[in-house]
Amino acid sequence: MLKQLLGGLTLSVFAFAAQAQDVKVTVISTLSGPQATLGEQIRDGFNLAVEQLGGKLGGLKATITVVDDELKPDVAVTKIRGLLESTKQDFVIGPVFSVVKAAIFKPVTSAGAYLISPNAGLSTFAGKACSKDLFVTSYQNDQPHSVSGQFATDQGYKKAFIIAPNYQAGRDALTGFKSRYKGEVVSEDYVPLTQMDMQSELAKIASAKPDVVFVFLPGGLGINFVKQYRQAGLTNIPVLSTFTVDESTLPAEGDAAIGFYSGTNWAPNMDNPANKAFVAAFEKKFNYVPGTYAAQAWDTAMLIDSAVKVAGTDHEKLRPALEKADFASVRGSFKFGKNHYPIQDFYLAQVAKRADGKLQTEIRKKVLTADVDTYAAECQM
Amino acid sequence: MTLLAVQLLNGFQLGMLLFLVAAGLTLVFGVMNFVNLAHGVQYMLGAYLGVTCASLAGGFWLGLLLAAMAAGAFGLALEWLIFRHLYARSDLDQVLATFGIIVTLNEAVRLLWGSAPLELPMPDLLSGSFMLMDGLRYPVYRIAITAVGLLVGLALAFLVNRTRAGMLIRAGASNPDMVNALGVDIRRLFRLVFGIGAMLAGFAGVLAAPLVSVEPGMGENVLILAFVVIVIGGIGSIRGAFIAAILVGLVDTVGRTMITDLSHAVLSGQAASRLGPALASMLIYLVMAAVLAWRPAGLFPART
Repeated sequence: MLKQLLGGLTLSVFAFAAQAQDVKVTVISTLSGPQATLGEQIRDGFNLAVEQLGGKLGGLKATITVVDDELKPDVAVTKIRGLLESTKQDFVIGPVFSVVKAAIFKPVTSAGAYLISPNAGLSTFAGKACSKDLFVTSYQNDQPHSVSGQFATDQGYKKAFIIAPNYQAGRDALTGFKSRYKGEVVSEDYVPLTQMDMQSELAKIASAKPDVVFVFLPGGLGINFVKQYRQAGLTNIPVLSTFTVDESTLPAEGDAAIGFYSGTNWAPNMDNPANKAFVAAFEKKFNYVPGTYAAQAWDTAMLIDSAVKVAGTDHEKLRPALEKADFASVRGSFKFGKNHYPIQDFYLAQVAKRADGKLQTEIRKKVLTADVDTYAAECQM
Repeated sequence: MTLLAVQLLNGFQLGMLLFLVAAGLTLVFGVMNFVNLAHGVQYMLGAYLGVTCASLAGGFWLGLLLAAMAAGAFGLALEWLIFRHLYARSDLDQVLATFGIIVTLNEAVRLLWGSAPLELPMPDLLSGSFMLMDGLRYPVYRIAITAVGLLVGLALAFLVNRTRAGMLIRAGASNPDMVNALGVDIRRLFRLVFGIGAMLAGFAGVLAAPLVSVEPGMGENVLILAFVVIVIGGIGSIRGAFIAAILVGLVDTVGRTMITDLSHAVLSGQAASRLGPALASMLIYLVMAAVLAWRPAGLFPART
């Protein structure tokens, strides 16, 4: 109830600002429930960019509507349909989670808007079903997981113990790891999404004595794992991970997370001018360290800015301008492949403590260079 | 120590944590015949209060004490504001109202503390660990939780079986109308039971906080397990909750490992890695169904 009231409030606040010559953008993100931290990063990252651009995108006044998808595909579809029917939108930015993306893809693209995903990188739309109205500024979902697989192979780790939650994204993650890992997988464990005690898995790791552990344990699962891993003193076995130790979970994991590795396309300490300015401005405004979610949302706003500058709000003219991706990315360089998914470098990052006592992931090694996802070849646009 | 022995210890320890949550739930459910779905959010609230109180009071122990008392007080306030109007109504009304409290409190916690998960560090006194098996250390804190669970179990057993209040609670559980007719202020009894239940839930939340992530919605997972525990144990029975909590803890920890290994032994590759986890997550519910088929009222029914 309160949420709807607040939602209505934001709508009306932005409504009066709408003008004839403006660019209409809807940000759809998960802003309630346990996963809201990720959605808030996307909203904050995008809003920061628009604010830095003086409330404009490509020189036109930006009219931004924020929608909470509640991480429910049906709710997301209802809300986005209602919005698109009442006002035509030029861009829809979002969502956080692939399930929501699969649901809103058709309603958004058939209403003549571009769907730009700052996080969810479903394989469905990367291959045969790729779309000229969809752009992804994050990665294809398999890629971050394969980074850890490649690193484990490069290091010559012979035995790997891998863990993920028992659902589709968990299976995809372990498949992604195995796609580039040449050694032996001694145990492939799937835990229930609601698991709170990891003690049983930790005992199995200790008894299997692997060379390396790979985990994809998002949100609370990862926090529990990281804390309990340290408490169990398994320090001698390196842990590679995806979405387990990132800026959204580090504050809760605390010092226990120091030393954990993460496969990623970006980290707050990445050394380029755009990134330094972004991280400083973000922390000043929101008082927390941004994660990949915020960084990719910031890039998304800059992408739109660059395209609108050239093509205005003409849908067809915008496409080549978006494909060019002519903006200063926090990732240093940025370009799209032919399926509108990025071709980019991937890194191994490690959790470290900064001088001011806050935790962040820091780039340690480039693992994949200009990586193209495996589905791109099937895309005919 | 062998892997099996370690897993047995883990299961027992998880059982003790579940018992702390389930004890309050079974009392409220059994004595008041009240379906309190909000028990899980009271556990969550305990964890959040623990984080805040520990940082305000500057220590885990004082934080634990304050948070448990605050959780109990909050429970009493809820009872006075909402629950007491529901006692005479149907189970469905109670489910609906307490479900509403879950949603409201989860969002309220998010507004007050933010949606980012929080951390409560272990108390220094118990932050040590010892070697359990080659390469695996066991935190002293987990042993402490097990000990606390046992102590709470003994204290509740004493309260229920040896004191006057306990006698009334048992009487209330088996025939509340008769207790009322004999001139006992049943409302006061209910309030006492509810306060104890809320305090235990909050207490369990603070104790669990150093091990798990403190976040909105953390109560729901525990709530489901706690319901499984009290249904297996027999609604209203402390002894039943104790035995059933250990059973569920063991099945969840040891059973999960064994069934995955077993499915790998019987089936090959892909099929095993699909069937194993699926069976493992169903395991405690299968046990519950089996127990109910054998004893429909649970292992130790309080009401006969």
